[in-house]
Amino acid sequence: MEIAVISGKGGTGKSSISAALATIAAPVVLADCDVDAANLFILFEPTHEEEIVYVGAQNAVINYDLCLNCGTCADYCRFDAISFVEGRITIQEINCDGCKLCSRICPAKAITMVDSDKSRIYSGTFRNGKMVYGRLAPGEENSGKMVNIIRNKAKEIAKKNSFETIILDGAPGIGCPVISTIAGVDKVVIVTEPTMSGLSDIERTIKTVSKFNVKAYVLINKYDLNEEMTDKIIDFCADSEITVLGKLPFDKIVVDALSVRKSVIENAPGSELSLEIKKIHKKLIPN
Amino acid sequence: MKQSDKIKIAIASGKGGTGKTFVATNLFYSLKKRDYDVDMVDCDAEEPNCTIFISGDLVGSTDITHKVPVIDEIACAYCDKCRQYCNYKAIFLLPEAKIIKVIEELCHGCGACSVACEYGAIREKDVVQGEVNRYRLDNGCYLTEARMKIGVMSPVPVIKAAINKAGENNIKIMDSPPGTSCPFIHTVARADYVVLVTEPTPFGLSDLRQSIKTLDGMDKRYGVIINRAGLGDTKTYDYLKTNNIPLLMEISFDRKIACHYSKGELIAKEDIQWREKFIDLFNNILKHYGDSGN
Repeated sequence: MEIAVISGKGGTGKSSISAALATIAAPVVLADCDVDAANLFILFEPTHEEEIVYVGAQNAVINYDLCLNCGTCADYCRFDAISFVEGRITIQEINCDGCKLCSRICPAKAITMVDSDKSRIYSGTFRNGKMVYGRLAPGEENSGKMVNIIRNKAKEIAKKNSFETIILDGAPGIGCPVISTIAGVDKVVIVTEPTMSGLSDIERTIKTVSKFNVKAYVLINKYDLNEEMTDKIIDFCADSEITVLGKLPFDKIVVDALSVRKSVIENAPGSELSLEIKKIHKKLIPN
Repeated sequence: MKQSDKIKIAIASGKGGTGKTFVATNLFYSLKKRDYDVDMVDCDAEEPNCTIFISGDLVGSTDITHKVPVIDEIACAYCDKCRQYCNYKAIFLLPEAKIIKVIEELCHGCGACSVACEYGAIREKDVVQGEVNRYRLDNGCYLTEARMKIGVMSPVPVIKAAINKAGENNIKIMDSPPGTSCPFIHTVARADYVVLVTEPTPFGLSDLRQSIKTLDGMDKRYGVIINRAGLGDTKTYDYLKTNNIPLLMEISFDRKIACHYSKGELIAKEDIQWREKFIDLFNNILKHYGDSGN
């Protein structure tokens, strides 16, 4: 079973909850799909058994020995990436979308496409099973494609080791890395918090998830920061026919566990919070 | 209105939920209250939240579109050239069965397929990617919001459009999306100075390093705010000191702040001392921006 843990809003506690679930559900494959801010490897310090070079987008590069400075490429580029700078045709790498049209239409064949190959995907063993995670090179694009490769790797490892559960820790937001994380999974857990922002974000997240045929659950973290807002979120979920898995109080023990590189279940197994998470796990994965 | 030098400040963070929007909205409010000529841009197009904290009159809403191909199956020769030209795998083609389809979600609107087609079989239609909303506030300030349409893959076109449509005031505060990939890059690329908001935990530090690597690669000036100080450990402070990175502000963990925020309230509105703190932050930013020789 593939379970994705996501949250529209960042910082609601996705990764801490993924880590806790991965501890309870062990042995698991834990896949960190938050590729531009991967964190779970810090907590679980997996071994490096395999490294995959990930080629993301391409960038257009001009060979000035051949360039006629005619400006045809600038006319065709729809991403405002090519313009004359001090009289010379110039590509702004940041705006280049990698569509390759400039390279195809250049009359002097002066533009080539260069792969960005600095991103990596790693897999290895950690104390609760196997782990797959990506490290997108700073500034790299196309994180959705990387998430797809991570998920395929996770499935392959799960099959090989006969692990039943794959937990995907997703990115914040609702764009391409998140869509790639939830497409085709069995269950999605949306972790939220009782703030106006949390409520606004969960509305957008639920709408995004509803475009896919997956069972969605909501978990309200730090519920005691604003109980009135917690009730509003519960009402909203009832209206949207989404099951609320449970609510967790704000507790410093989550950060304390993180500081000693442990999940909250590992560091404080008998705590009220841990017991609550175990109940949530049971609801999510009934035996 | 107070005149000041032009500066665009992006409030960003690698990790989500560190307090970007909290800092951006309170900084904006404090400057506005002090009569600075300031505008705000909400660049977090996937989950825009600034309007929860800052309200104004909606004075304009623009759909942001891109061009997606429409294939005329009668004119199409199923020659495969458009599929070869598409670098995003957005054209699905089975020549023998004469099946050709555009997968609109994958299309980036580059126009390569139209260029490729030799049979005049491709025309284009506008597809909405999101909207840019402009709100007029008091004191001649504007809030421009990028709002991606749900289900769209990339917020970048909407972010770029929102920054282009931002107000005319000299100071611009941009609330950035989290992370270090394209949405973040396209926001900070347009900023003169970047404020990175972090929290003093191992996750916060790891993401901060990633953000800094990205900004160094872009030759951007930046400083750091540590939010929820008192939680976690001291490693973030050590890192800033070792690398000579300015610590612009510290915000202690305080349930009261969290509670105000949860209700959609601005602490700088409720508490004049906080307004002063955000004005100090602005002066700190100007000082470091000036020192960096820009």
